[in-house]
Amino acid sequence: MTRQQILDLYFMDARSKLIDIAAFLDRVDRGEGEPDFRLVEFRKALGELNRGEPVRAKSVLMALSDPTTEPIPKAPGKGAVGAWPGSAAH
Amino acid sequence: MVSRVTDDYEAMITAGCRAVCEPAFWAGYDRSGPQGFYDYFCQLTDYEPKRAAKFLLPHFTWLCINPKESEDVKLAEDVIALIPQFLDRPNVLGIGEIGLNKNTRNELKVLEQHIDLAARYDQLILVHTPHLEDKFKGTRLILDAILADKRIKPDRVIIDHVEEHTIQMVLDAGFWAGITLYPESKTTPARAVDMFEVYGGQRVWLNSACDWGRSDPLAVPKAAIEMRRRGHSDETIDRLVFQNPVRFLGQNPRFTVR
Repeated sequence: MTRQQILDLYFMDARSKLIDIAAFLDRVDRGEGEPDFRLVEFRKALGELNRGEPVRAKSVLMALSDPTTEPIPKAPGKGAVGAWPGSAAH
Repeated sequence: MVSRVTDDYEAMITAGCRAVCEPAFWAGYDRSGPQGFYDYFCQLTDYEPKRAAKFLLPHFTWLCINPKESEDVKLAEDVIALIPQFLDRPNVLGIGEIGLNKNTRNELKVLEQHIDLAARYDQLILVHTPHLEDKFKGTRLILDAILADKRIKPDRVIIDHVEEHTIQMVLDAGFWAGITLYPESKTTPARAVDMFEVYGGQRVWLNSACDWGRSDPLAVPKAAIEMRRRGHSDETIDRLVFQNPVRFLGQNPRFTVR
């Protein structure tokens, strides 16, 4: 597909998602209390969008991933939260 | 499909789906003991295929204790001991979906026991990779565990729920890669088609989920529409959404859909 065709097909959808992210960050700013690590990691991951290579999806996923290699001693629960809290949490 | 209503079967057959392959998975709560799994395996191998057949949809299944319940090693051992008596049932494809959830030592032990079971009974393997922040690490641990057992041939294993940060390592190691379509987590149709275009479709398939939470049984037909929008040929679409799964699953002679 040409870049023009890709823009024709996906621009409005991407625009909508971009505004959703902006509105989400505004909502968090307007909220009260302290945010947790997820907001920090989210902002870090946003920085990956400025890369000049077409590996942004991979980079964002990696920015939100646990980079360690050893199995953990015990499950803290069953669910995942979408961002890695860092070594301090383990 | 045990979590879904019959309308979903009707929608799938109407949309052109040719078969449904259901992994053993978490019930949304922890089962109280091995007997609960025995009953579940009976449901997957007896009742559910009959329910699907009413809608002309061949039903196949995979058996295991899901990684979400693998933290309890004794329970897992008891459940794994139940599985061989079900492996000859006509709709059983193999062992799955095994894998990891939170990447714990106990989950890894249970994964190794499932791998051993698959090797001893020469079964295909379907692997669940962990969610969100745990996926990258978990996928690496899973690949290492399977590759360490030389009885297992990678082309008889599908590593499911790959995303942009895990698909390359899965394909490089010789495994099949499953791209799972979900409305929120995992992958959208657009990203799935991106991965197909970037990494090729030789050992890749698409699947949807029919889960307890938000999920779309028609996600694969919708991804096919996404491919058509981008100008992919009918032949290419058919290879990805139908011929590739048939090629992998056809390694089990019970899977006769063509």
